[in-house]
Amino acid sequence: MLYVPGSNPGMLADAVIYGADSIMFDLEDAISLREKDSARLLVYRALQTVDFGSTELVCRINGLDTPFGEKDIEAVVAGGIHVVRLPKTETAEDIQQVEALIEKAEVKYGREVGSIKMMAAIESALGIMNAYEIAHASQRLIGIALGAEDYVTNLKTKRSPGGIELLYARSQLLNAARSAGIAALDTVYSDIDNMTGFAEEVELIKQLGFDGKSVINPRQIPVVHQLFKPTDKEIAHAKDVVKAIEEAEAKGLGVISLRGKMIDKPIVERALRILDLSEASE
Amino acid sequence: MKLKKEASAGTMDSCDINIRLENNPLGTTNEIHLKSIVEKQYGDHIRNLISQVIDKYGLESVVVNAVDRGALDCTIKARVESAIQRGLDQAHTLEWSVVHHE
Amino acid sequence: MRKHGKQIKIYDNKSKMVPSLEEAIRKSGLKSGMTISFHHHFREGDYTTNLVLKHIAALGIRDLTIIPSSLSKVHEPLIELIKAGVIKEIHTSGMRGKLAEFISEGHMEKPIIIRSHGGRARAIEAGEVKIDVAFLAVPRCDEMGNASGNGEHTTCGSLGYAMVDAEYADTVILVTDDLCEYPNMPASIKQQQVDYIVKIDEIGDPEGIASGATRYTKNPKELKIAEYASRVITALPEYKEGFSFQTGSGGASLAVTRYLREAMIKDGIKAGFALGGITQPMVDLLEEGYVKHLFDVQSFDLVAAASIAKNANHHEISASEYANPSNLGCVASKLDFVILSALEVDKAFNVNVMTGSDGVIMGASGGHCDTAQSAKNTIIVAPLYRGRLATVIEKVTTIITPGNTVDVLVTERGIAINPQRTDLIELLSKTNLPIVSIEALVKQAEQIVGKAAPISFEEQVVAIIEYRDGSVLDRIYKRG
Repeated sequence: MLYVPGSNPGMLADAVIYGADSIMFDLEDAISLREKDSARLLVYRALQTVDFGSTELVCRINGLDTPFGEKDIEAVVAGGIHVVRLPKTETAEDIQQVEALIEKAEVKYGREVGSIKMMAAIESALGIMNAYEIAHASQRLIGIALGAEDYVTNLKTKRSPGGIELLYARSQLLNAARSAGIAALDTVYSDIDNMTGFAEEVELIKQLGFDGKSVINPRQIPVVHQLFKPTDKEIAHAKDVVKAIEEAEAKGLGVISLRGKMIDKPIVERALRILDLSEASE
Repeated sequence: MKLKKEASAGTMDSCDINIRLENNPLGTTNEIHLKSIVEKQYGDHIRNLISQVIDKYGLESVVVNAVDRGALDCTIKARVESAIQRGLDQAHTLEWSVVHHE
Repeated sequence: MRKHGKQIKIYDNKSKMVPSLEEAIRKSGLKSGMTISFHHHFREGDYTTNLVLKHIAALGIRDLTIIPSSLSKVHEPLIELIKAGVIKEIHTSGMRGKLAEFISEGHMEKPIIIRSHGGRARAIEAGEVKIDVAFLAVPRCDEMGNASGNGEHTTCGSLGYAMVDAEYADTVILVTDDLCEYPNMPASIKQQQVDYIVKIDEIGDPEGIASGATRYTKNPKELKIAEYASRVITALPEYKEGFSFQTGSGGASLAVTRYLREAMIKDGIKAGFALGGITQPMVDLLEEGYVKHLFDVQSFDLVAAASIAKNANHHEISASEYANPSNLGCVASKLDFVILSALEVDKAFNVNVMTGSDGVIMGASGGHCDTAQSAKNTIIVAPLYRGRLATVIEKVTTIITPGNTVDVLVTERGIAINPQRTDLIELLSKTNLPIVSIEALVKQAEQIVGKAAPISFEEQVVAIIEYRDGSVLDRIYKRG
C-alpha cells in the first residue's frame, strides 16, 4: 500500500506506476488544516479522471470528530473509491458511524450498497485494547492497520530499531484481525534512506504474520515485494490451479478440481494473487 | 452569483496551478488571466476549462488570475472549484452533489 | 579525400608566454571574417569564451564564425556581440538559456549549425570547417604549452574536446590560471601544438565546472525507468563478461549504472569498458573492479576528474577517438549498450534532445546520435510525460537522432521496441517487462495530458541540424 498525500497533484497522477497493490490517498495527517477542502476536491477529481488500472484505491479520511470526516466520505464515495480507511479508531462504534455514512453516500451517488469496503487504523492504547471488537464491527471491514507513531506517543515511549515497544500492539492487532478473518497491515517506516532497517522490519512483521506493510516512498515497494514474494512451491501450485481452470473451461466443465480437491473462488483468487505477487516481485 | 470574498487555491509547485479569484469591480464579464509554462500548447484549452467551471457555478463578473505549472485537467478543475467554494464561504458546507453533477 | 592539415610552423626559440589576451589576439593574426574555436569542458563555469570575445570586439574585429564544442547559459553575453556584428556565424553542439531563445527568435542572419561531438571532430578533420585560432582554457600548463585538466584553481579532468582543436587549428592559444614548472606531464595538449600561452587571474568558476560528485537521483519515477532499463540490458545476449556500455546525462540515464552494478554483482559479470561523459558512479565501478577500463571524453564531476589523474585504466580520449564516424573505428563503435535521455521521442523512434515542445532551442546534440548509431543496442530512457508535456508523441519537433538507430524506448509506463529489432521483441517478450507498442505509448500519453495545440513556425531557418556524417538531418525554424 503506497501513501500519497491528497494535496500533491503530481504524485496523484503518477501513483499508479510503482506497482503497489493498493494506493492510499491521504486526506488526514499529510494535509494541513487549511488545505483539507482542496485536497478532498483534488482526490475526488483524480478518482474520477486518472486511470489507476486494477490498483485497489483506498482513502484515509479525517476522523468523524473533525469537521472534515463526513464530507470526505461523501466525496470519495461519489468519486469511486474502493476502500475507506478510518484513522485513530478506538471503538466498534467509530466503525459503525462511518459505515452508516458510507451507506448513505452509496445510495445518494448510485453505488451498490455494501460495495465499498473499510479499513481501520488503530493508533492508541484504547484502540489496541478494543481491537477484537473493532475487527468484528462491520462486514465491510477488510483489514485493520497499526499506526505506530501516535501509538508510541500514547504509550509514552518512542519507536526503536527493533520495535520491542510495538510487540504487544502488533500481536494483539494481528490476533484480532485473524479472529475476524481480515487482513492485518503494519505501520509505516519513516526513514526512507535506511533500506536495511526497513528490510529488517518487513522481515519481522512477515514472520509475525502480517499481510503487508504500508510504504511512504515508492522506493520501499521492491523491498516489500521481495520479502513477501511467494515461494517456488506456492507459485507452482498457483500455476497448476490456473491450468486446471483453463482445462476445465476448454472442456466446458462447471466444477473444477485439482488433485481431487474442488477449486472454489477463493482458491482461484489466491492463485492469481500469488502469480501477480511473484510477477510484481521479480 | 457573486463571490463573498477573494479566494485562492493551488500552489506554485510543478504539476499544479494556482488560482486567485476576486469580483470584477469594473465590469459584469468574467476575465481570465493565465500565465502558463505550456501556454503555446494548452493556453486556450486551460482558459476554456476555467471558464466552464466558473459558468457551472453560475458566477458572474469574476476575475481569475491563474499561474499554471503544467497541471492536468483534473487538477485545474479541482483548484478552480476549491477557490470558488472558498470564495463562497462553502469550503466544508457545499452540497457535494453540486460538485458531482457534471 | 585526406585529412585537413594544420599550418606548419617552426619554433623560434622565443618565449610562448604573452602578457595579455589582447596581445595574444594581435599576435595570432586574427582578422575579421575568420573562424575561432573554444571548448566546453568548463560548462556553466566558463569565463574564457566571453572574455576572449570581449577583447576581440574591443579590437574592432568583426564577422567571426565561432565553433565552440558547445555553449551554455553562461554565454548570454554573446547576444550583444551578435547584435554588434562581431559574431556572424555559430557552429555548436547546443545552447541554452537567453542566447538559445535569442537564436530561436530568428535574430541571426545565418542559421547556426548544430553538430554532434563526433560530427564536429569529423568536420574539423575533413576541413569542412577550418579553425584559424583556437582559444583553449586549460586548468594547468607549462611555459611550452603542455596542458592538463587538473589545476590549482580549476579542475575539469578530461580535455577531450579541446584535443581536436589543438591538433587542427592553425593557431593555438592556451589560457590558464595555473602556470607550472616545465614539464607538465602527463599532458592532454602537447607543446608542439601550441603557439601562445596567456596567464590570467581566473579562467573559470569551479562551482560551475563540476560538482563534488554526481548525486544519484531520488526521483522515484526516474528510478523506476532506470530499473526497467537495467532489466532490458541484463535480458539481452550482449550482457556477458566483458560487455561495454555508456550512460548519457540525465537522472534516469545515470541511475541505470546503479541498477546495472547490482545486477553485475549478482551475476558475477564484469564490464570490459564504459565510455562517455564520466561520473562518480562509473569511477566506483572501475575502482571496485566491475569495469576494467573507462574512456573519458568529458569528466562530469570532481571524482571523475581526480580519477583520470590516478587510475591507470581511466583513459582520456579525444572527441575523434570517442565518436568520429570517419576514422578507422571510434570507441563508440565498440559499444554493446548506450542509454540515452530524450526530450521527445516519436512513433518512428526519432529522438529530439534539442528543442522544447514549444520549438525553442534548449539542449545539445552531444554524442546522442553518434553513440545511438554506433552501439549495438540503443536504449532511450524518458518519462512518458513531463508536467503537462507528452514526451512520446506523433512527431518530434526536431530530429537529432534518427529512429532507425534507436532500438528500445523505456518509460515508466511501458517499454517499446523498434519493430525492426524483431530479435529484441522476441527476447524481451519472454520477460515480465511491460512491453507495449510505441503507438500505445503515444496514445496513453495523450490520454493523460490531452491533445496539444500545434506549434506554429515561420519560414526562416534558425538552425541546421547536421547528422554525424555531415548530411542535413533537420532544420529548426523561427518560432511563430
